[in-house]
Amino acid sequence: MNFEFEDEDELNGGEGSKWYKRTWSGIFTKTEEKKATPDGLWEKCKRCKEVAPTKDWISNRYVCPSCSYHEKIGSAEYFDILFDGGEYTEINASMSSGDPLNFTDTAPYVDRIVVAQKKTGLKDALRTAHGNINGIPLMVACMDFNFIGGSMGSVVGEKIARAIDYCLETKTPFLMISKSGGARMMEAAFSLMQMAKTSAKLALLNKAGVPYISLMTNPTTGGVTASYAMLGDFNIAEPEALIGFAGPRVIRETIGKDLPKGFQSSEFLVEHGFLDFIVTRKELKNKLSQLLSIIWKK
Amino acid sequence: MANNHWFDFEKEIVDLMDQLEKTKESNAKGKVDLSDMIVTLEEKIQLAKEATYSKLTGWQKVQISRHQNRPYTLDYIEHIATNFIELHGDRQVKDDKAIVGGFAEIGGRPVMIIGQQKGRNTKERQLRNFGMPNPEGYRKALRLMKLAEKFNVPIITLIDTPGASPGLEAEERGQGEAIARNLMEMSVLKVPVICIVIGEGASGGALGIGIGDKVLMMQYTWYSVISPESCSSILWRTWEKKELAAEALKLSATDMLGNGLVDGIIPEPLGGAHHSPEVAYENIKQAILDSLDELTGMDPDERIGKRIDKFSRMGVVVE
Repeated sequence: MNFEFEDEDELNGGEGSKWYKRTWSGIFTKTEEKKATPDGLWEKCKRCKEVAPTKDWISNRYVCPSCSYHEKIGSAEYFDILFDGGEYTEINASMSSGDPLNFTDTAPYVDRIVVAQKKTGLKDALRTAHGNINGIPLMVACMDFNFIGGSMGSVVGEKIARAIDYCLETKTPFLMISKSGGARMMEAAFSLMQMAKTSAKLALLNKAGVPYISLMTNPTTGGVTASYAMLGDFNIAEPEALIGFAGPRVIRETIGKDLPKGFQSSEFLVEHGFLDFIVTRKELKNKLSQLLSIIWKK
Repeated sequence: MANNHWFDFEKEIVDLMDQLEKTKESNAKGKVDLSDMIVTLEEKIQLAKEATYSKLTGWQKVQISRHQNRPYTLDYIEHIATNFIELHGDRQVKDDKAIVGGFAEIGGRPVMIIGQQKGRNTKERQLRNFGMPNPEGYRKALRLMKLAEKFNVPIITLIDTPGASPGLEAEERGQGEAIARNLMEMSVLKVPVICIVIGEGASGGALGIGIGDKVLMMQYTWYSVISPESCSSILWRTWEKKELAAEALKLSATDMLGNGLVDGIIPEPLGGAHHSPEVAYENIKQAILDSLDELTGMDPDERIGKRIDKFSRMGVVVE
């Protein structure tokens, strides 16, 4: 799979060749605790470099108030944005990764898992929860990019499969929020087969006539794009997200020239007919409930 | 197809074969009787082959899977099937030459055969895009599978790809969507589906025609999420660790069967299918006929249920 990290250090849990040396590594603030931001803190936009108060960023759903850049956020933030009153029930919360291949590259896979768990406070790269959005029951599976680049291994595949089982049993619509570099190489063919597993389950959901909405966020690439992300009854995306099968670096190396501007962006995909629409994070909840209220009247 | 390319790890065998050749020449001149020596050398060659091929590393198996004289999809079709009628095009964009397919008969039974096709010389390789399909290849494959379903004909897919094509046009035309669609549609096809890795099984590009009731691997093939070279470049940040990566990925047929990710292994002649292709043809044909026997009697819904259950069980998690 085409597994690309924006930051070389991301794979190693953030430790790289810096001019300073950390005496301890990882972030110990739990995701839930992070939200309580005192006044007087500021956030700098990664794109336009404008500075705005952190509380404005949060109330703006982590979208830059100046340029509408959609900052990467995790499952906790999406659940908070989507579910009525921030109330939801998480399922299979304790599931974590095995190491079926006893995999070691420059570090053992089991160690990478522990480092990522400490760094993020998460068990793996996806969480599944159900609740209501504007009164409509919805199952949401949301990927966490912070966890080994949002890579898809057995846990991601199994949690999606079980979330779909729940949707099949209870006739609940399914929303998948993708944000991933692709398959997790440390689980090799096991991660490849998660593409098969999730796609097969979606075939059953499709047969049962239960709606499936796939929201692609920045970035959605590799095996994730080539399986569940592209299989929605509705394929939608946040603005300016990178969405593709092969990563830009791989394509650039293959064709030996620079890629056109906006290549593999959400806007590019809409133009080429692979997305139904682009939705800003601010409109997301209402647009979803608007859509579901038309097609999913019980 | 004579073997005209040997690997470094086969040096001992090649040296002995050279020696045998020279001895046979001298013998033919008739001045001295060298027949004892010839017998000894032939025994030695056999022993050297057994020793070499019984301890192949993951990387060496990858090398064999890519051997330029290995049978490709069209070779198998030519030698195991009759009445092959190739069908072209996805009805939308074009005909992708990296995937071939059509109706045929194997052992007198109607089948749809679809496979990735590589080329043997520069011109052919370009035509076949090195066996790397574009979206229209996957869409052609799906069109043919739906056609087979319509006429209640079992489907055989032959997997042999270094990956789906990475390029501007592939992205524009939705490479990800094309593969994803195949995964979903193949899992609910009403006819029996038999998938066989005959060479390289690289990532989503392989899986895109790989969802079957029976997924089999030829003995000297590999199947994984990524090629050892790319894995090395991403995880070790160098192209030099491909041997290590090949081991770590556990990509060989025996590893894949051991991990419950494929359903069986089709034996090849010692050292690989290219050493005596006719043996490989016979073995693959037999495996297909056996699988058809097993699958055709089943109720379609039961078959689909079993197929989906099989893939649903794959994965290792801790709770």
